[in-house]
Amino acid sequence: MNWIISVLAIWAVAYFVNVKLANSSLRHTRLIKLLVPAIFGATLLLVWEGLVRGLEVPPVILPPPSLIGVKFMSSLDILWGDLVQTLFKGALSGYIIGCSAAIVTAILIDRSPFLQRGLLPVGNFIAALPIIGTAPILVMWFGFDWQSKAAVVVVMVFFPMLVNTVQGLAATDTMQRDLMHNYAGGYWKTLQKLRLPAAMPAIFNGLKIATTLALIGSLVAEFFGSPTQGMGFRISAEVGRLGLDMVWAEITMAALAGSAFYGSVALIEKTLTFWHPSQRG
Amino acid sequence: MRNILPVLTVVAVIIVIWYAAAIGMNKKWTYDQAARAKVEVSLTEMVKDTWTQDRPVLPAPHQIVQELYKSVVLKKVTSKRSLVFHGTITLAATMLGFVFGTLAGIFLAVGIVHNRAMDMSVMPWAIASQTIPILAIAPMIVVVMNSMGGTDFLGKETATAIFGYQPAFMKGLLPKAVIAAYLSFFPVVVGMVKGLRSPDQMQLDLLKTYNASNSRTFWALRLPSSTPYLFTSLKVGMAASLVGAIVSELSSSPLRGLGARMLTGSYYGQTIQIWAALFAAATLAATLVAMISMIERISLKRMGMN
Repeated sequence: MNWIISVLAIWAVAYFVNVKLANSSLRHTRLIKLLVPAIFGATLLLVWEGLVRGLEVPPVILPPPSLIGVKFMSSLDILWGDLVQTLFKGALSGYIIGCSAAIVTAILIDRSPFLQRGLLPVGNFIAALPIIGTAPILVMWFGFDWQSKAAVVVVMVFFPMLVNTVQGLAATDTMQRDLMHNYAGGYWKTLQKLRLPAAMPAIFNGLKIATTLALIGSLVAEFFGSPTQGMGFRISAEVGRLGLDMVWAEITMAALAGSAFYGSVALIEKTLTFWHPSQRG
Repeated sequence: MRNILPVLTVVAVIIVIWYAAAIGMNKKWTYDQAARAKVEVSLTEMVKDTWTQDRPVLPAPHQIVQELYKSVVLKKVTSKRSLVFHGTITLAATMLGFVFGTLAGIFLAVGIVHNRAMDMSVMPWAIASQTIPILAIAPMIVVVMNSMGGTDFLGKETATAIFGYQPAFMKGLLPKAVIAAYLSFFPVVVGMVKGLRSPDQMQLDLLKTYNASNSRTFWALRLPSSTPYLFTSLKVGMAASLVGAIVSELSSSPLRGLGARMLTGSYYGQTIQIWAALFAAATLAATLVAMISMIERISLKRMGMN
């Protein structure tokens, strides 16, 4: 009972603080902008902890965050091994292969409007399909190790990336291309000096979407078969043993890895496309 | 319309590549079988064999179409080998999750737009959640809800009392729907917040000069101008729901639905079955998204927005 009362009290206090902060005159400062969601997140964790303890929810149904935190810290080596397997071997290699293949394809079909008009609708169509379903097939083809995960990732990221790059390459206007023409810049020179830089924001948009897809693809493909390592493998194995604290620790790791992956691509974007209006803010 | 020829060309090229790849990937088996039977196979025999194997590495397109025809048209829809049977199970989970996920997403977006504290607290998390692989929780939700008891849409007794039997799609529906809802929720929140904020300052000012209340502004300006964003997020949400339903079928019991069909296919090496299930899932996704597109076109036209 005490737990429940304190949960309600914490919720009320945090709510009051956040409303005050959000409506204060300082709300446009960076600190407040970080503080408000941080308080919200911390409150959620405390409420979770309090409710699980107060209602005596068994840990095989929902472990409290403290238990998950302890498990996370005590099994860092396992989590790291899984991260290497899923993110660095599976997701990252597939991401690099898939994205560069898509960019190269986009440049190859750039000179043929016919191919573009044919490939874009097909690409858009395929991008909306449940491509993750190819995972069992690719696991059969490439075996249980990271190669099959990389293959799933390649298939998943290729079309969104292709569509974004083609759109990006169309982002220049006639005036700019005419200027290049006046400078006697040929096709490749124009591509290098004008159209590729102008395509960067769209390309990075695709690259950012692809980070999430890559991690999902690599992780879910492990549900279909995996060596005894990897986040997807660990999740399905520990779920079977009802080791839910480990599952949650793994999910925490996946969330951190996903945010870090996305964040690093966003950081590269910031340094490379500093000139674009969306980055000058 | 002018895109039809290029699209057909691309599709034709893909099919040709597919047949060629089927020869390349299946010929090892053909030659192995021939060597074991101590016979020579000519080139045409080899090609013919690679396109007609029972368990090819890569089935040829016509084999998949045959399997689809067999399991969609020829089987009774109540049979466990019918893809219609498995498709409706996946569809039920997808739709239930989609409806709840998008409704919750729209309500949260309305709250975010009208309440600054909510906006500043929730929005960063909603955006951050798009970078994390939420699908990872699918197996856990399934198992936890199983151990808690209720995974059927209606209990067996209730369903029998109403329908006289328990419809197959209701069995184990809830965890799948929860995951489908969870996956469609965040894209809808982010999309709808953008949409409800899309009216520009001039329009908002105009309504202010009319002394319009917040709710009046919402119904007369914000909601109508968010329609294009709504449809875009509905399409994203629908695709996400379907992926969620399929992935959660991998760990659900009983093994039913398109996802389960892929899983059992991969256990028993039934490659044609996997591909047929994959094509059925793709058709389902395409149909659902196309239906939303159609409603989008009609309503935007009637609203004078296209």
